Amino acid sequence: MTTTAIWCDRCGEPAAGADHGTCRTARELEPPRFCSRCRRRMKVQILPAGWTATCVEHGLTRS
Amino acid sequence: MPEILDQARTQVLENGVGLDEAGVLAVLRLPDEHLPAALQLAHDVRMRWCGPEVEVEGIVSLKTGGCPEDCHFCSQSGLFASPVRSVWLDIPSLVEAAKQTAATGATEFCIVAAVRGPDERLMKQMREGVAAIRAEVDIQVAASLGMLTQAQVDELVAMGVHRYNHNLETCRSYFPNVVTTHSWEERWETLTMVRASGMEVCCGGILGLGETVEQRAEFAAQLAELDPHEVPLNFLNPRPGTPLGDRPVVEGRDALRAIAAFRLAMPRTILRYAGGREITLGDLGTRDGLLGGINAVIVGNYLTTLGRPADSDLALLEELKMPVKALSATL
Ligand code: SF4
Ligand SMILES: [Zn+2]
Ligand SMILES: [Zn+2]
Repeated sequence: MTTTAIWCDRCGEPAAGADHGTCRTARELEPPRFCSRCRRRMKVQILPAGWTATCVEHGLTRS
Repeated sequence: MPEILDQARTQVLENGVGLDEAGVLAVLRLPDEHLPAALQLAHDVRMRWCGPEVEVEGIVSLKTGGCPEDCHFCSQSGLFASPVRSVWLDIPSLVEAAKQTAATGATEFCIVAAVRGPDERLMKQMREGVAAIRAEVDIQVAASLGMLTQAQVDELVAMGVHRYNHNLETCRSYFPNVVTTHSWEERWETLTMVRASGMEVCCGGILGLGETVEQRAEFAAQLAELDPHEVPLNFLNPRPGTPLGDRPVVEGRDALRAIAAFRLAMPRTILRYAGGREITLGDLGTRDGLLGGINAVIVGNYLTTLGRPADSDLALLEELKMPVKALSATL
């Protein structure tokens, strides 16, 4: 998650106001699923050595 | 030494005959203090009947999510509120995935799709994808596309797919608790067709779905009856939004007991560490498993979750003096 994250990129809940410790730990072995800026579910593709996650509004993030 | 391990030493290590269901159950019930001896024996069995080589494989999802089936552990079922979105991989990315896998020294590349069984679109993607990989990458291609018709089996053989994965997932008696949209017997049917076609059969499952220890033993015995070329062993990594999303993970020692027991049931099979080992056993688990009966690993990422970097697994194999199986040895 970046500092501008409004939404948790793993569970899709508001980034502030809740503890996302479990999400942070899980994210070490998972790609993001939600766009942290708009909460849309992203299209995620995982290759053996990396991943990409695409939000229709905010574009592509890669590992 | 517990009696079951004495028995296994003669029966499995010396004579190469796997333990039956009762024997597997006895191993699964061994108290903690005998676990190291069980793992050592399973390791000896693996070295004696399979050798020190480790088969390394990479996998990729060709079609992710939106599956019509309801396997309760799976984040790719379209029937649950899982955050995994449906998406197809294009052919250049598929070839890139095969190249990334080959770069690790792996000999196996498995193409997986989240489907009940292939439709024409998926078969077309396979035809083009497998041809593109075979033209550009030196690696054996395996596939996992759900339940097949005989015509699809024949077509996969014609494409040059050498191994087919289709997991039974759990024992016959527990399966209806995990999947309701198809039966264990339907899966067995596909496996029978695959076997008859000459493709290698890869069939395993997931531990920690809520099955009892007795059912774990039942599962090992049913796999031994099938006698697959390879058995991938997964440990449940509970996925948000799935019916099993809140289940506890398998306790590390139980996972290791299961590894030893499955090896003692199937002395000659390729027993592969698949998903969930990082969650269940942490960093040390890979080493313990490789010294307890495992002789194959999936390196790199999984289908919807990430794995350890391939480098750390390969460094471990080197440290353990276990050579990566070479392509020439598998052809
Ligand atoms: S058939 Fe495969 S992809 Fe579909 S829900 Fe079951 S395990 Fe998941
Ligand atoms: Zn969260
Ligand atoms: Zn967005």
